[in-house]
Amino acid sequence: MPDYNEFITRICGILQPFVKPGQALTADSELVSELGLTSLQVMMMIEQIEDDFDISVPLNILPDIRTIRDLARQLERLLP
Amino acid sequence: MSLFDKFQPIIDVRAELQSLGIMPFGAVTEKILSATEGIVNGHRVILAGTNNYLGLTFDPECIAAAKTAIEEQGTGTTGSRMANGTFAEHVLLEQELAAFFNRRHAIVFTTGYAATSGMCATLAGPGDTIVLDADSHASIYDGVRLSGADIVRFRHNDVADLEKRLRRLGERLSNTLIIVEGIYSMLGDRSPLREIAELKRRYGGMLLVDEAHSMGMLGEHGRGLAEHAGVEDDVDFIAGTFSKSLGAIGGFCVSNHPELDAVRFATRSYIFTASPSPSVIASTRTALRLLQERPQLREQLWRNARHLYDGLEALGFRISPQVSPVVAVTVEDRGQSIQWWNRLLESGVYVNLVMPPASPGDYSLLRCSVSAAHTSGQIERILAAFAALRGSATPG
Repeated sequence: MPDYNEFITRICGILQPFVKPGQALTADSELVSELGLTSLQVMMMIEQIEDDFDISVPLNILPDIRTIRDLARQLERLLP
Repeated sequence: MSLFDKFQPIIDVRAELQSLGIMPFGAVTEKILSATEGIVNGHRVILAGTNNYLGLTFDPECIAAAKTAIEEQGTGTTGSRMANGTFAEHVLLEQELAAFFNRRHAIVFTTGYAATSGMCATLAGPGDTIVLDADSHASIYDGVRLSGADIVRFRHNDVADLEKRLRRLGERLSNTLIIVEGIYSMLGDRSPLREIAELKRRYGGMLLVDEAHSMGMLGEHGRGLAEHAGVEDDVDFIAGTFSKSLGAIGGFCVSNHPELDAVRFATRSYIFTASPSPSVIASTRTALRLLQERPQLREQLWRNARHLYDGLEALGFRISPQVSPVVAVTVEDRGQSIQWWNRLLESGVYVNLVMPPASPGDYSLLRCSVSAAHTSGQIERILAAFAALRGSATPG
């Protein structure tokens, strides 16, 4: 299983096409309020993550995800 | 901070539309003239944005049945199906729906929303998994959120993506519910149900199909996509509505599983609301009979669908991927979609304006729908109104 830092790196890579060029991404970056992702973009990003990690991300956990760190922590839980 | 802060985006959009003098959401039908014509926001229009697919809303037999029911049984039941709200006719309609779909059990709900949201909320629960198509109707999303089950969505109509998700579930497949629709309401495209049924046979789980927009339209007998695709035996639950091809309001679920009668008494949207009014049940029962007696309505509907689809395609609009009674014109620019909607209204055509997030992508839709009751001349007038839009702008 990837470690926490690898999760962060891979999530940032997946996020890159969804944010403005040059936008800095850190573990504390907030997906909606800071990076400006729309609900549709959040879903598209999740689909990319699902393909990349070969997992299914239940919609139920989305309300608990505000930052890249939150997302990484949830992926840690989901991956066996 | 205020409770109302979250509504600011809605307030902003409404203010923008008001400043333009255009009110597409909550347009008022001041007078309904027939199944296909009315006066909307002051304009006499052809109604090309309803779900009156078979045009039965003004059928004399349906109206007569509703009138008789009002006179004999009153205007409402004033109670839940669980209490005083089950009249003999509710039970008869359930029997007739079960017979129509060749299923052993049926439940009638007060609305289609209550039927799909209620079934989705109740069939699966905590510890179970629901796998649903990404473009599912809001009633399905609302229901699955209430269920407490893990909700996994697959890319719209993408069988390979669904298979990946089923494969990942492993042992959890035995308590998994797959949910798709027959015809999707926004773009009018169909679910690849034959392939999905094959996956269900291979992997397991149960399958619910919402035939709200396909009942009466597809299948030799009008039973919907499951019949059309020849996979009725693989579909565990069919949900649907009375507010489209049957021209009234209400919803249903049919199944061969004997447990459906237990599900009935666990479904909160069935229990905690008043049952459908007698007039609604009476017109629905009549419409269900007419749907079976008049296959020519379905044939006329598809002729009209083909006429509108081919016409819009010839005009160069970007339209739905499949010929369907729902033909959606994609417009990339939101402002242009609003202007076009208004120009169509002014030229005598009412269609639905669908903007994100209600549309499936980040574009807007001018959603047209045809009825068996539309004449060829009316379809030509709809096409002429669309053709006029191209005079001042490039189609989306």
